[in-house]
Amino acid sequence: DELAKNAAYIGTPGKGILAADESTGTIGKRLASINVENVEENRRALRELLFTAPGALQFISGVIFFEETLYQKTASGKLFVDVLKESGVLPGIKVDTGTVVLNGTNDETFTQGLDGLAQRCLKYYEAGARFAKWRAVLKIGTIEPTELAIQENANGLAMYSAICQQCGLVPIVEPEILVDGPHDINKCAAVTERVLAACYKALNDHHVMLEGTLLKPNMVTPGSDSPKVAPEVIAEHTVRALQRTVPPAVPAVVFLSGGQSEEEATINLNAMNKLKTKKPWSLSFSFGRALQQSTLKAWVGKAENVAKAQEAFLVRCKANSEATLGTYKGDAKLGEGAAESLHVKDYKY
Amino acid sequence: PTSAAFTVRASSYADELVKTAKTVASPGRGILAMDESNATCGKRLASIGLENTEANRQAYRTLLVSAPGLGDYISGAILFEETLYQSTIDGKKMVDVLVEQKIVPGIKVDKGLVPLPGSNNESWCQGLDGLSSRTAAYYQQGARFAKWRTVVSIPNGPSALAVKEAAWGLARYAAISQDSGLVPIVEPEILLDGDHGIDRTFEVAQKVWAEVFFYLAENNVMFEGILLKPSMVTPGAECKDKATPQKVADYTLKLLHRRIPPAVPGIMFLSGGQSEVEATLNLNAMNQSPNPWHVSFSYARALQNTCLKTWGGRPENVKAAQDSLLVRAKANSLAQLGKYTGEGESEEAKKGMFVKGYVY
Repeated sequence: DELAKNAAYIGTPGKGILAADESTGTIGKRLASINVENVEENRRALRELLFTAPGALQFISGVIFFEETLYQKTASGKLFVDVLKESGVLPGIKVDTGTVVLNGTNDETFTQGLDGLAQRCLKYYEAGARFAKWRAVLKIGTIEPTELAIQENANGLAMYSAICQQCGLVPIVEPEILVDGPHDINKCAAVTERVLAACYKALNDHHVMLEGTLLKPNMVTPGSDSPKVAPEVIAEHTVRALQRTVPPAVPAVVFLSGGQSEEEATINLNAMNKLKTKKPWSLSFSFGRALQQSTLKAWVGKAENVAKAQEAFLVRCKANSEATLGTYKGDAKLGEGAAESLHVKDYKY
Repeated sequence: PTSAAFTVRASSYADELVKTAKTVASPGRGILAMDESNATCGKRLASIGLENTEANRQAYRTLLVSAPGLGDYISGAILFEETLYQSTIDGKKMVDVLVEQKIVPGIKVDKGLVPLPGSNNESWCQGLDGLSSRTAAYYQQGARFAKWRTVVSIPNGPSALAVKEAAWGLARYAAISQDSGLVPIVEPEILLDGDHGIDRTFEVAQKVWAEVFFYLAENNVMFEGILLKPSMVTPGAECKDKATPQKVADYTLKLLHRRIPPAVPGIMFLSGGQSEVEATLNLNAMNQSPNPWHVSFSYARALQNTCLKTWGGRPENVKAAQDSLLVRAKANSLAQLGKYTGEGESEEAKKGMFVKGYVY
């Protein structure tokens, strides 16, 4: 019951997830891009900037933490999880331990993290986490994704989900199909449908309670080396793929941004929520780069820029909130970098 | 392999399939299942003292398809092969009468259940041989949807083998049907037989539907162009604890929400031995709030029972029999809209029709 309640809350219309779970290595890349040293204090300062941005948390239903951040505090000594709780935001935790190459494939991967997962989840629950996230990665190639990669990743997601639920954490199911490649939108649609069908089969076989899960899929788009299409086309293909694979018991679908620019991701989400068709789950966001990019560029690590950076963050939060309601007019004050593509080829998270 | 085929489930009939499925799944309407095989129809006729001849079958089916205004409540009629090629007693083609009534003709295409080797005395459904040419011929004759009924038995397990076979057979049939322009009705009936409680039925139903949808997807079936014909989630027929319509509705809706992608346009429940009134009450309970798919009926006995008895084989009773068919059709139409009140139902209509070990 608690699982279903929390999952439904995360999908509240007008709200979405801030993915702030960059591992130490990955956040290092972000900080490097604005010439900031990758030390714990800087990582803490960035996250404090985000979580204390005035007016931003009303648009956020959940924040995904990396383990280090779950135990960190504000400069004045308040635990981040408490800051969130006070504003009605659920803390979440990344629980996978990264991807590893699948033997015998052409660089396809599976995700690790099942060992000792139950004990870790119980610990995280005690620390205040109420949902978890596990990222599986697939790619499109001439023969990829192979049956092996699909099965292995679907199974991993299902095992992780079952264990999370036993420990009181709502599992976010994330089967990211990378955007890299010259394929068109139809190919992406076919692969997405195939992968999601396999995921839900595995979840069902593992007796995962769908009402207490969330889905974090890629949007259905052309490959990164293929010509762009209109947001309405992305919306139609994406929603159709979901209609064909996601049972209504799942309360919300929280999209990953996967290299789209901040503005692109918002506009595409908006187009989906404007579509007049069957959508029994709410369609929202779980954005990392697409919420933080212009904030980072405004901050550049300087204390005197914090207010400016927080304003930039608020702008993106509000825009995405409107996108979940289909009311975004594309008029958000674009910060520096908001329209910049965030795609990195063969992105290693 | 140098490349793998990933299709987006398009076929030359894609648009027509979507349109047909939507038409059958229209508000306030459901399916009249009148596809009893000759042997089964014989049992029906015997119950009112009639011989199982083609003439009698023709007379009975004429009565059904010609009921005036039937199309207000019935969107599709499933026929047995004989009936698809038959004419009414006044010489009009059965399919033409149906089309005039705005009822889409459908056709049963399976060849019945046979024992499944290596299982626990369970069955599997035959009919894939030559299915491609048969469905093409049925389309020529005017059919626009097909039906294939397989079964799963809880007292016998069900074994993993039986469930897999049921789901895979349905998926193959569905893919072939769509290729020939027929909307496949996907029917894995979980038999009522047994003394198990409603929770056990729910558990089995979850497993069966997960398999069915996974294999349908594997076979590249287009979900916007199928219809489902599930059994409601109820206790077994010999279970001491009965379930209210509300409980049946709650369990059944929960199952649907957990297993049925919203792309599927219509879910047409089978009655499986429930009384006429029970079947209507349960359907009504499921339509008290909006659903992502059209939730309706595909009833045989639960629509025909009183009608058959009223007819008794006598021409002078045809009108009264047709009236009673319309009464049930209207009641179920109201149930589809969530507006059925149950006033004025006869005792006959309330009689259960469960037959132990029922062979269709």
